Amino acid sequence: MANKETLNNVLITGENSYASVEDSIGRLILKPQLHQRGWWIFFFIGLAGTGLLGVSITWLVYQGVGIWGNNQPVSWAFDIVNFVWWIGIGHAGTLISAILLLFKQQWRNSINRFAEAMTIFAVMCAGLYPLLHTGRPWVAIFWLFPYPNIMGMWPQFRSALEWDVFAVSTYFTISLVFWFMGLIPDFATMRDRSRNTFGKIAFAILSLGWRGSNQHWHRYEQANMLLAGLSTPLVLSVHTIVSYDFAISTVIGWNVTVFPPYFVAGAVFAGFAMVMNFLIPVRAYYGLKDLVTIRHIDWMCKILLATGMIVFYGYILEVFYGFYSGNVFETALTKDWRFNGPYSGYYWALILCNGIIPQIFWIPKMRQNLLVVWLVSFVVGIGMWLERFVIIPISLTNNYLPASNKMYYPTMWDFMMFGGTIGFFIFLMMLFLRFLPAINIFEMKDLLHKVINDESKVEPTVEAMNSKMNPTPSKEEVPA
Amino acid sequence: MSHAVAEETSTVYAVVAEFDTPEKLMSAAESARKAGFKKMDAYSPFPIHGLSEAIGFKDVKVPFLCFAGGLTGALFGYTLQYYVHVFDYPMNVGGKPLVSLPSMIPVTYEATILFAGLTAFFSMIALNRLPQPYHSIFNTPGFERATQDRFFLAIESADAHFDAEKVKRFLQDHEPIRVSEVEP
Repeated sequence: MANKETLNNVLITGENSYASVEDSIGRLILKPQLHQRGWWIFFFIGLAGTGLLGVSITWLVYQGVGIWGNNQPVSWAFDIVNFVWWIGIGHAGTLISAILLLFKQQWRNSINRFAEAMTIFAVMCAGLYPLLHTGRPWVAIFWLFPYPNIMGMWPQFRSALEWDVFAVSTYFTISLVFWFMGLIPDFATMRDRSRNTFGKIAFAILSLGWRGSNQHWHRYEQANMLLAGLSTPLVLSVHTIVSYDFAISTVIGWNVTVFPPYFVAGAVFAGFAMVMNFLIPVRAYYGLKDLVTIRHIDWMCKILLATGMIVFYGYILEVFYGFYSGNVFETALTKDWRFNGPYSGYYWALILCNGIIPQIFWIPKMRQNLLVVWLVSFVVGIGMWLERFVIIPISLTNNYLPASNKMYYPTMWDFMMFGGTIGFFIFLMMLFLRFLPAINIFEMKDLLHKVINDESKVEPTVEAMNSKMNPTPSKEEVPA
Repeated sequence: MSHAVAEETSTVYAVVAEFDTPEKLMSAAESARKAGFKKMDAYSPFPIHGLSEAIGFKDVKVPFLCFAGGLTGALFGYTLQYYVHVFDYPMNVGGKPLVSLPSMIPVTYEATILFAGLTAFFSMIALNRLPQPYHSIFNTPGFERATQDRFFLAIESADAHFDAEKVKRFLQDHEPIRVSEVEP
């Protein structure tokens, strides 16, 4: 496997026409024989994980949350750690599809569909945790969602947890609508290309009769820009509100004003790492190197570096608050539970994973070495999980009343449910790769149109000029 | 519509020209508008910027509806909380006021976005008359490539100046791959 590719200067490399772009994406759906052993292996891993999730949910519902390691004072542990981790991973999708669209970053076109799918699946995994943490979700509905019920009771809107319900459910709904809307024109393309009856009927139903008329596109573009404009404040608000769950409380180590921006940056950091963890193998396995180029990877690494430094700044500020606040409990938490003490290994691993290792991306060569990029992304994924672990259970073990300090130990079921959601996520991603267009077909054609007309040359940077440039794609039009 | 009228007017739905580049479609649309055609539409595999202007299609309903949706959402989010906390379920927590505005912002904000986003999506679907499984344009020969790599311009028989033969000759002047009459 070639780990090193030279940096390209156009967003679609190789010789491509509208038909060939469409073919390289559409064949993943139309030609099942392309999904060989690699796909089946991950499909079965995902399926097994989904089974594991089913088993652990069933046992949890039967036995109650006592099967988890949560205790007093550590009443939030793996469930909330995993909730925040998953929802953070989702944020990269919205960032790519909404914020980069508003900034007219054309390179997003080849990764947005993939990242949006990740958003939806990650939010599905995230949503399971707080719901199941209620113990009996089916009787929790009346205090989660405001509806007139026979008990005459309403949710408490002054609680950050209730804000969370609104933020996460809105986020899921809007992401799903945004994603589906982008898929409609591609479903129409698949309807017209599909050769078997079942595919034709399924895609015809999903495409809602889309015919690519100028009126359709006109309103589609309006709605697309509006949804992007709405998703941008939404994605920032979701993780801000998630951080309020902690920041507006008086728990030691949580009551910090830097939480909202640092959580949002952390979410983007984790999300981009997850995008690369999936995208690098997928582009190699399915031959999508012309569409997801090394330039895309390079830029994602730069975003990883930038958000990583914001997160690192957050860690430094936490330490600063710990000492500068003069609050003995805060100081004790920083000194005795983070720097030293039984959990210090996790804290230092966090600093290493999120603070030190991503700094390797300052070196341009490392951003173009796919193996390094993949490994660093993987480490960042672990680091972001550790960050939530350091914030949530570790802060809770250290109480205002030292007599009630208590260690937290996860049980087998905590790990099984975490593994189960990872499996479920992989399972959904594999189905997505098999049955839906993994890259936005019509946006790639639009991009190719601009490449042909020379509108979307990547701005020439010193670094790009120094490196070897790929030949520009042929100006030839579509073959008749 | 009576049967006799339908027979008379609907033998042809439109005359459709097929092009191989967006630029040719654009110039054909531009000159069709200048020639005075009003009832026409273009079909392309991806949005082409400037095509709406070339055809003379203006529509700003979606943004206005979306704004109205957002306003409704904000009002809904705020009044829901106000109603619950002041009228239906007043709860005194530590002597704090029943209406504490800062704590009501997040839900109001999320409701605004939820309503505005859903309105944008559903108004796009509804104004485009989707889902619509059948449309006369699908009778165009080779139309399946309208979602792939061909660009179509349809001048509809509903247009006041429509005359199938003249329209055909007009479209032939713009280097189409083919021009066809399409049945409704």
